[in-house]
Amino acid sequence: MSQINRLTGGQIDTDKTYKFTFDGKSYTGHPGDTLASALLANGVRLMGRSFKYHRPRGPLTAGSEEPNALVELRSGARQEPNTRATTAELFDGLVSKSQNRLGSLKFDLLSINDRFSNFLTAGFYYKTFMWPAAFWEKIYEPLIRKAAGLGSLSLQDDPDVYDKGFLHCDLLIIGAGPAGLSAALTAARRGADVILADEDFRMGGRLNSETFAVGDQSGAEWAAATVGELSNMPNVRFMNRTTVIGAFDHGIFGAVERISDHLPTPAEGKPRQVLWRIYTRQSILAAGAIERPIAFENNDRPGIMLASALRTYANRYAVTADKRVAIFTNNDDGHRTAADLHAKGVRIAAVIDVRPDIPRSTDYEVLQGEVIDTKGRLGLTFAEVRLADGSMRTLECGALGVSGGWNPNVHLTCHQRGRPIWNETLAAFVPGGTLPPGMSVAGAANGDLSTAGALRGGAAAAKKALGIKGRLPALPQSEDAPVNITPFWYVQGCSRAWLDQQNDVTVKDIKLSHQEGFRSVEHLKRYTTLGMATDQGKTSNMGGLAIMAEMAGKTIPDVGTTIFRPPYTPTAIAAFAGRSRGAAFHPTRLTPSHKWATEQGAVFVEVGNWLRAQWFPRAGETTWRQSVDREVLATRKSVGICDVTTLGKIDVQGSDAAAFLNKIYCNGFAKLAVGKVRYGLMLREDGIVMDDGTAARLAPDHFVVTTTTANALPVYRHMEFVRQCLFPDMDVQLISTTEGWAQYAVAGPNSRKLLQKIVDVDISNEAFPFMACANITICGGLRTRLFRISFSGELAYEIAVPTAYGDALMRRIMEAGAEFGVTPYGTEALGVLRIEKGHATGNELNGTTTAQNLGMGRMVSKAKDSIGSILSEREGLNRADDLRLVGIKPVDPENPVPAGAHLMDADGPVDASHSQGYVTSACHSPNLGHAIALGFLKDGANRLGERMRLVSPLTGVDVEIEIVSAHFIDPEGERLRA
Amino acid sequence: MIINHPLLGPRDSAEFTYMGDARLIDRPDPQSDTAAQEFFAYGYLRDNPAGWHEELWFHEAGDRSWLVVTRNTLTHEISNVALARDVARSRGRSK
Amino acid sequence: MHDLKTVTALGGNTPRVDAFAHVTISENDGVALASVAARMGHEKKCHQVLKKLLGAVPEVGKAVLHDPEAGFWTGPDQWMLGAPRDTHELLADQLKSLLGDAASVTEQSGAWVCFDITGPAMPDLCERVCAVPIRRMQAGCVQRTVIHQLGCFVIRCVADDHVRILGPRASAASLHHTLLDAACSVA
Repeated sequence: MSQINRLTGGQIDTDKTYKFTFDGKSYTGHPGDTLASALLANGVRLMGRSFKYHRPRGPLTAGSEEPNALVELRSGARQEPNTRATTAELFDGLVSKSQNRLGSLKFDLLSINDRFSNFLTAGFYYKTFMWPAAFWEKIYEPLIRKAAGLGSLSLQDDPDVYDKGFLHCDLLIIGAGPAGLSAALTAARRGADVILADEDFRMGGRLNSETFAVGDQSGAEWAAATVGELSNMPNVRFMNRTTVIGAFDHGIFGAVERISDHLPTPAEGKPRQVLWRIYTRQSILAAGAIERPIAFENNDRPGIMLASALRTYANRYAVTADKRVAIFTNNDDGHRTAADLHAKGVRIAAVIDVRPDIPRSTDYEVLQGEVIDTKGRLGLTFAEVRLADGSMRTLECGALGVSGGWNPNVHLTCHQRGRPIWNETLAAFVPGGTLPPGMSVAGAANGDLSTAGALRGGAAAAKKALGIKGRLPALPQSEDAPVNITPFWYVQGCSRAWLDQQNDVTVKDIKLSHQEGFRSVEHLKRYTTLGMATDQGKTSNMGGLAIMAEMAGKTIPDVGTTIFRPPYTPTAIAAFAGRSRGAAFHPTRLTPSHKWATEQGAVFVEVGNWLRAQWFPRAGETTWRQSVDREVLATRKSVGICDVTTLGKIDVQGSDAAAFLNKIYCNGFAKLAVGKVRYGLMLREDGIVMDDGTAARLAPDHFVVTTTTANALPVYRHMEFVRQCLFPDMDVQLISTTEGWAQYAVAGPNSRKLLQKIVDVDISNEAFPFMACANITICGGLRTRLFRISFSGELAYEIAVPTAYGDALMRRIMEAGAEFGVTPYGTEALGVLRIEKGHATGNELNGTTTAQNLGMGRMVSKAKDSIGSILSEREGLNRADDLRLVGIKPVDPENPVPAGAHLMDADGPVDASHSQGYVTSACHSPNLGHAIALGFLKDGANRLGERMRLVSPLTGVDVEIEIVSAHFIDPEGERLRA
Repeated sequence: MIINHPLLGPRDSAEFTYMGDARLIDRPDPQSDTAAQEFFAYGYLRDNPAGWHEELWFHEAGDRSWLVVTRNTLTHEISNVALARDVARSRGRSK
Repeated sequence: MHDLKTVTALGGNTPRVDAFAHVTISENDGVALASVAARMGHEKKCHQVLKKLLGAVPEVGKAVLHDPEAGFWTGPDQWMLGAPRDTHELLADQLKSLLGDAASVTEQSGAWVCFDITGPAMPDLCERVCAVPIRRMQAGCVQRTVIHQLGCFVIRCVADDHVRILGPRASAASLHHTLLDAACSVA
């Protein structure tokens, strides 16, 4: 019994047969099928269970608006929940499963919810789980979470990759039905760069679902021929399987192209999907229209679907949902389905039309009346009809096509808060006056529901978009029937009549929400969940609005619509992430000594995007502290080397370079001699410290400024702001050279002896004193910058060579330093060295501290204007008892002094309001043999020697400490001047 | 959004960094007798209009120009884009 | 003469080449670079020197693909100049001696990694990594843009299927990885 409901014809390739499974059972289909069409061909109407009541459901539609037929595709790590069977392209070996059930699809244990439907009405959650409050976390939430949701996740990493991409065109055409193809043809023949995108795998839109002729061809043939012509034109980019998900500002569109979703697995190295950002000046929305249902009692049984969907299944996929089909309509279009199915040999049980003036047929019975109820537990078996004269008829049928009219697909016209307007003739919303700039709408999306109207509208929109003058091009003859519709939303007296089938919202729920006072359409949506499911109410919202309007005694346009927002259809998070996941989440920056450090077995730490060596473990060292202590001690005893390339470097040149530095630093730079370096403190305009660093004067008109690693970019941006916006006539030029130079700190009492072996100049204390800088050469001629600056507090230098030589320089220094036991040190040892010396860094320059807090208040020059100098004088920032940078050591040397802990008076209360300050940086000092820390303390400068409590209630710290100078090592600075 | 750079033409706003009110160009005179009050207003008192707003954008992934972008905060419509340096000069800023 | 050896931006002793069916990614280690910014009031002289050197002053968004020195616009009154490293290792010094006080010159050789992308799938590759309108750019068009969060220059070269990408050198490995991924996608 295979494919019992397969008809003949259609756009499927019956020469080839695909095997697939649904809930473990094997079926067959053909290339060109969707999963839904193949299941229907095999006589399977039941494809899912509803969200709340677990009612049996089959497909309502044949497209991306589908609320019901959501399934899980594939297995293992590639298992994908909530996939619409109506758009899932069939492939050989496809594995699919139904979802949202407990037990089998036919005997879902949670369908008990349906029996309790009186309790599960609108606002059920809000009303029921209010009390007792304690029940929420332990009982209600776990139960709800277990029952809620639709499909399940594999909980494994997605094995596929997703790309992003960027496209540019003159004209983006969204939808490749008659309007889109006509627009594309018109534009492409004029030489415009055109992108034609359609969510379907087959271009042609409704032409593939209808039997109308276009010219002397069938619509589908005309579509194929047009696609053929367009695909030979180099200025046209075809994007099938591509959903335009959003219309963003200024002609930017988002689109998801499903490159590999129709394949069992993507080809090697190929992405599963691409998220495109499309830049265009003009766009044409030709997204067609979506048919809407009519609500009646038990209108959700498998087999009841949109009349246009039945037509699509028959004409495009050569499938009927059942051998006996009835139609329920309020407009002429429903009759087309009956005629097409009849022509395909399907038995029409009857056409039921609510209108008094109904078209007659000689082929089948046409009744004036309404469908008032249906029967069939897991699929439709009978429809109950009340005729206009009040008599009743029971029709035997396995499928019922419902047509309530067509809603133009206006979504993308509303993504920038445009509102659609009501069209009485169509009884539907059409695109409103304010469209996204550059957008035109054509065809059914614009309310032109005939084929001829679509062809005309598409051509006209393309002409308008490209500014083409003159008459429309000749278009082929095609169907041009008017729309005859009598608005009809629901059958009177019904109660359990479904509007939103995915979220189980009924006519009764809408009425209830009105009774309970919800008047805004946005409130109605949130209260009843109408239109909140994965389909966003594409088939259900209009019915809800109409009932709301009726209840409120308003017109539908007065009630208005909810706001349409991107994405148009559900989009995988993976597509938004693209390649930025795992190790490639963000780019890394590698220092010039990275390869060498890796060879040494360095442990790396991420600092911004940089990977810096954190420490260099040696054989026998079992803890990081052992490595760090060794590196610190060796540096203070002999010599250490550290890669400091990551510090920001900004080249400042020009005749006003010194004047410019005077503006950006609070201390003076005008008088700095050539060949000298000075420490600089940079304030924000509000007087708070922004950053610190050094500026080296290489020539009267040339400085090299350093910034902290983290602030390299913000400081550069700030300096450009000052240059361009505040002092636009200063002759100063800035350029970042952070990556251009490999820079190493060589620190320790033997650093001079080591460097003297490789430099080509005299670097004795007399020739090259503390804070000297120079352009020199090393190793017999390599251009080098040498700075005598010290972060560690030792005799130290920083040596910089062009980056490409960085690896060689590191190896050369290690060779030259072997006799001194030169020790590479990482960021941990760097931190210990600077805390021992009492140097502030990012922990102290934390965006709340002033120069005064740091003990550098006197650096803020009063003799000149600089950024931040005025506001740094504010009273509130200059209290006598302000926080000051201090050193902290434990009274008992065994105790820690952790960062983040607060300082409290020894005998006062311990709470936040009595905090006297806090610890910013802490470490174990191997030179002192105990923990040390830097921190801020109220009136700290006057409290040296005071014993206090250091507490952190959260981590259980409560130790006695002593306030000391922040300079634990060499407070007089003798070493660095040696 | 697309920012129509005065030199480079239309560029994606993703290439820019936003700073805010273009009145930041009008740094008060530090020599003024009321400098403290003026700098306070400059630093803290800003309008947050629903509508047209002159803003500073930095073309960080581009030519490193600061731009003054006149943008409608309700519709994102951009009516004018100018080099901040030119704007600063036109408002009398120099050295 | 010193005896220190350079390594390429990707850390090798020789530049790396990755060939795919329709596109090839080649690390180009042979370019010396220096930035030139005209000093205020000396724009004219700066332009004269550049014109003499390159044949023309690179206009906004454009390169002058001259030999051996080439240059492209990077900002208002600011350019990047390049030349073969073998002959122009000291390009910045050479330019400074020509320009004197007319311009600020900064060595940039170490700051950038350079990749040459060639082959018929080059435009497809570019579309997967950055927002430049690669198919509308002609030889000599330059755009600075973002590739995998990194600020890069994209230079359309003389050959129809050739684009040169300059990216921040410290992120050479990440940029290379991104280009390889894109090459796999479009190859």
